[in-house]
Amino acid sequence: MATIHVDGNDYEVEDSDNLLHACLSLGLDIPYFCWHPAMGSVGACRQCAVKQYKDADDDRGMLVMSCMAPVKDDAYISIADEEAKAFRETVIEFLMVNHPHDCPVCEEGGHCHLQDMTVMTGHDRRRYRFRKRTHRNQNLGPFIAHEMNRCITCYRCTRFYQDYAGGEDLGAFGAHDNVYFGRVTDGTLESEFSGNLTEVCPTGVFTDQTHSDHYTRKWDLQFAPSVCHQCASGCNISPGERYGDIRRIENRYNGDVNGYFLCDRGRFGYGYVNRKDRPTRPECREIDGEARTMEVDEALDLAADRLRGARRIIGIGSPRASLESNHRLRQLVGAANFSTGIEAGELARIRRMEALNREAGLATPSLCEIEQCDAILVLGEDLIQSAARVALSVRQAVRGKGAELGAERGIPEWNAEAVKTIAQDAGHPLFLATPDVTKLDGIAAHAERLAPDDIARLGFAVAHALDSTAPAVDGLDAAMSRLVERIADALLAAKKPLVIAGESLGSMAILEAAGNIARALGRRQRSDAGLTLVRREANSVGLGLLGGESLDWALERLETGDADGVVILENDLYTRLPAPRVDSALGWAAAIVVVDHQRTPTWERANIGLPAGTFAESDGTLVSLEGRAQRFYQVFDPSYMRPDTRIRESWRWLHALHATLERQPVETILLDDLTQAVAEDAPALAPLHQNTPEAMFRIHGLKLAREPHRYSGRTAMRADLDVNEPRAPMDLDTPFAFSMEGYAGYREPRREVAFAWAPGWNSPQAWNKFQDEVGGHLRAGDPGKRLFTAAAAGGDYYTEIPAAFKPREGEWQVIDLPQLFGGDDMSRRAEPIRERMTPPQVALNQTDAAELGIGAGDAVSIAVDGTRFRLPARLSAGLPPGVVGLPAGSIQEVTGGLTPAAVRWGAVAKADHDSQAPAGEARP
Amino acid sequence: MSRILQSAGERRAETHPLTWRLHDDQSPVLLEEYLDTQGYAAVTKALEQHTYESLTEEVKSANLRGRGGAGFSAGFKWSLTMKGEGVPRGYIVCNADEMEPGTFKDRLLMEQQPHLLIEGMILAGIANRAKQGYIFLRGEYHLAAAAIQRALADARADGWLGADVRGSGWDFDIALHTGAGRYICGEETALINSLEGKRANPRAKPPFPGQSGAWGLPTVVNNVETLCNVPGIVNHGADWFQALSGDLSSDGGTKLYGVSGKVNNPGLWELPMGTTGNRILELAGGMRDGLTLKSWLPGGGSTGFLLPEHLELALDFDTIGKTGSRMGTGLLTVVADNQSMVSLTRNLEEFFSRESCGWCTPCRDGLPWSVKLLRALEAGEGEAGDIELLEQMARDLGPGKTFCAHAPGAAMPLASAIHYFRDEFERGITRPKGEAHADPIPVGSV
Repeated sequence: MATIHVDGNDYEVEDSDNLLHACLSLGLDIPYFCWHPAMGSVGACRQCAVKQYKDADDDRGMLVMSCMAPVKDDAYISIADEEAKAFRETVIEFLMVNHPHDCPVCEEGGHCHLQDMTVMTGHDRRRYRFRKRTHRNQNLGPFIAHEMNRCITCYRCTRFYQDYAGGEDLGAFGAHDNVYFGRVTDGTLESEFSGNLTEVCPTGVFTDQTHSDHYTRKWDLQFAPSVCHQCASGCNISPGERYGDIRRIENRYNGDVNGYFLCDRGRFGYGYVNRKDRPTRPECREIDGEARTMEVDEALDLAADRLRGARRIIGIGSPRASLESNHRLRQLVGAANFSTGIEAGELARIRRMEALNREAGLATPSLCEIEQCDAILVLGEDLIQSAARVALSVRQAVRGKGAELGAERGIPEWNAEAVKTIAQDAGHPLFLATPDVTKLDGIAAHAERLAPDDIARLGFAVAHALDSTAPAVDGLDAAMSRLVERIADALLAAKKPLVIAGESLGSMAILEAAGNIARALGRRQRSDAGLTLVRREANSVGLGLLGGESLDWALERLETGDADGVVILENDLYTRLPAPRVDSALGWAAAIVVVDHQRTPTWERANIGLPAGTFAESDGTLVSLEGRAQRFYQVFDPSYMRPDTRIRESWRWLHALHATLERQPVETILLDDLTQAVAEDAPALAPLHQNTPEAMFRIHGLKLAREPHRYSGRTAMRADLDVNEPRAPMDLDTPFAFSMEGYAGYREPRREVAFAWAPGWNSPQAWNKFQDEVGGHLRAGDPGKRLFTAAAAGGDYYTEIPAAFKPREGEWQVIDLPQLFGGDDMSRRAEPIRERMTPPQVALNQTDAAELGIGAGDAVSIAVDGTRFRLPARLSAGLPPGVVGLPAGSIQEVTGGLTPAAVRWGAVAKADHDSQAPAGEARP
Repeated sequence: MSRILQSAGERRAETHPLTWRLHDDQSPVLLEEYLDTQGYAAVTKALEQHTYESLTEEVKSANLRGRGGAGFSAGFKWSLTMKGEGVPRGYIVCNADEMEPGTFKDRLLMEQQPHLLIEGMILAGIANRAKQGYIFLRGEYHLAAAAIQRALADARADGWLGADVRGSGWDFDIALHTGAGRYICGEETALINSLEGKRANPRAKPPFPGQSGAWGLPTVVNNVETLCNVPGIVNHGADWFQALSGDLSSDGGTKLYGVSGKVNNPGLWELPMGTTGNRILELAGGMRDGLTLKSWLPGGGSTGFLLPEHLELALDFDTIGKTGSRMGTGLLTVVADNQSMVSLTRNLEEFFSRESCGWCTPCRDGLPWSVKLLRALEAGEGEAGDIELLEQMARDLGPGKTFCAHAPGAAMPLASAIHYFRDEFERGITRPKGEAHADPIPVGSV
């Protein structure tokens, strides 16, 4: 610690910080642009100048850039010094020389860091009277709009895009006052993290293109703290709504989880909420009849009548629905009749992952903790595709070597360019074992391309190398043995080694191999090692913890006539088990009630369909892959702007259905009671009752505002429906109000923040005000409750080591390759994500392709699991011979029902030239 | 081609260590002749008699100050280079990106005597335990490039470069890199970035290149003329070097001085450090065409304008520094009384504005604005307040306020021109304050 004297006041600060970081953390305002809490200092913009004095007697001092000035004990500085103030104002004036002053038509306006800093410095008169330089803008794809004339050349975009996120197609061009940030030519930005440019850019150069299509100013949006539902990473988001539509998703800071950054699927995949074809009223479908919409009471009565006729009712839950909704379904049907809605193999692997997280002896790191790891082994996961935000953290872990090298030469971590220089290509070791090339290969110490079974064998061998009592793997060749030694040495040499595996390849063996490594590290007393296991869906972990049978079990109940009534919650069964099986099982059911927010093939099979809220219209709890239970809050009440809609939270439907079924009046239920019930019913979820502010949480007696206090038009926005302004919807379930009335400040501690705003800070940089130190944790603690605590090292090693993969004559192992864009059933319904998707292709090893006479783009005929379809070929330099890869998720659109499966073999051939069916089409 | 105006007869080994071998016909001194005239003797001596510490100490005590313009002690710089056990061997980089307006001294040395530079670099390599040297050469210097390439090949063939230099067991080689034409590459850290293939933006210091330079390794960047002085120091010692300037200056050695502008004999002279401007102007034959000297720049476009009365000062780093200007490269640019200070300043600022790398705000956005103001004054369209605004800009582009020394260098001629010749600027003011604020771009114009 060090004492610094700022304008006559003394403060204790960290001596490893720079002055800007220290002052901002103290709550003192210094304007800045090029500095970013996650990206450090580069000294480019010169905005953060302060006066530094030699000692208490020095009254002249000299200007320093606070971001580049290390904290020194007993340092005297002044922010208020007139020369410093004048210089900061001048810098804004310089930045404005070519800025178009187009705030009224700029989509950054209202959450613009440049506006905030301009006001902060007091620059309000333009003296520049000459022509401004102009640029041509580029088409950067469906996500990002580009308006280079607004650029103030802070270099944050390229520093984030290239240095932080590893992108290569956005750079700085030109020189002097003609620096251009863009691509070499127009085209879609390749990075999976491009959306962060909209928040990293301090002005309106990079803005959210999806927001632009239905633009609303920040102050006119209604927000709630939410959690991304598009994968299992558990990133915190702040969706903004207006007129009943989600307008954009912005990052919600969580110092433990996503920090400042999201992936593009999470940020731009919200379009399914706004789809016009969503069910908004209950529907009843008689046998072979058209669907008929109806009122809530009629639907509940009809559904209850139907279900009453059933001998036994089973419930099929969903890993994309909240714990509360799943639990409410379980209460409706009884624990013995509840299925998690997860295919048996996947459910077994989810349970195994949970057991490993608890019992393998290693902690499950948060995303923030992953960034501190210094040796990482990834078994089977293409992280950019399967859990992109995890991949971004892994990238930071590798880059962490630079900070370590810098420290050896006295270069502080925040001195970003100097750290980059000293690091050059050095990184903490990352070992990747995946079937196909990945976008992390470039920073890996080694990337090995293997079939799933061989990935497991590699893992088992590493465990054996770490601890000779772990089972050995026979028959590894010399090169593989050397790699095994190298990996084991790197993991042992590290302070915080990390093993990552997951669900992508549907391989239990890979999980068990990862488990053996974890146990071996545990036995080598590496208690600070970590184990990260990637699940497929937002609440896969939660469903595992809640308990319940597999989807296969549920279908079997229907097939055997054991049950003939089924209530299906937010789950499209056709994405999980082959269509003929689902068809047949549902065919036996006398009553099918589906609660969902999308028109899925399963919805179309419902006798009664009840329109559910998406994450944006519901509250609930998800458990992320690190075992963090996090509550998401309803963003808006859909019936306020659309009175005809009957969308309700799934749990509310299920509660009402339950009561109706039992001929009881439907009593009011509260979310907290549901969460409490979850905590009581599932021991693993017991800590949940401490998770959130309860509905009665108040600050100064106030609820928390969902809307900024400048929210405009409330009295007019429904005027076309009714000249009387209705009362704002009540929210009894949470501490938030559907209103600008309520607490929206930063001084009082709270974990759940709907939108970041502080006086003078309208941009996302306002998060500074909520943090214990800038870039640190929220002052009230980061949201979420961690459910996994690692046990002491122990447990037996797994011993079932698969045989080495051998290509088969005339048959190929067909594996699913995860896809960030298109791999998730919900975000795939969002138009911008569809635009960004690669059309489904089959990936083939180059040698295999040559033998089959298949060239890139040629139509390939594939027969697998009784399905036959054609796809264009993608030749892969990575895939091992004998293995072909299909794009997970989006493949289902092509095949009409090829569902994920662990191990399957299929026939692959060059498609018949005479065939009329175009590539990418299913054939019977 | 750069020209030395002293004849071969005037230049002697003891008094003209940089130029004594040069031919009157300006043909390059080739390896054989160089070896015949004590060439590479300093390398042999250093390899036999010096440790890297003692070699650094010799250069340090000679007080050889950087001839690129900053005047920083070369020996002191070398003593700060990280080296020794466990430290990877880094680089010696010769800053040969001579692009300072009005400067043409390094060119002479490289075109006509590249072996002297190579010898200096080998010595710097020994002193700094570098593994590789780079000559970062201004791209337009194609004659120098050809001369250096030949000299490198000859030196390598003769064992002065490459593995096991002259049987000493020590490896060192030099590569030539020609720049793509940015003035900022003369800034040592921008030069390093450019050498690495990156944008030529300067780097933050600390860390200094001696700590973390090219590719993150310890790196020493020295100017051509600085390095060319090293063989003499090693051969004859620090005292000899100090004595070269006699009583003229506390800085030792000789200096390549030169003059450009409206004088009778523009060119270069090797003279003792501390020679006065009057003496140099005299050698240049005085002003031509009966013109009168109005002002002069002591050492390139990034130094401050001085008046004729300053010609009596010794041209060394400290003396000129006291006037508020800098000695810079020591090549004088003279301004005649019929030349407009406003136009001259505008010309210089246009250059500096164009050559800004675009990294920091005051330089990137301030300099182009200053050019527009100067153009307005030049065209007689200035408004009241413009001069004060230019003065404010000169302050806001000053040391410490910008990322590197580029903008402070640009501010120096601007501030000094206004300081000494304010009346010339005032003549450009024709409008009251605020009048020109009317939008100069007609509505609807694209």
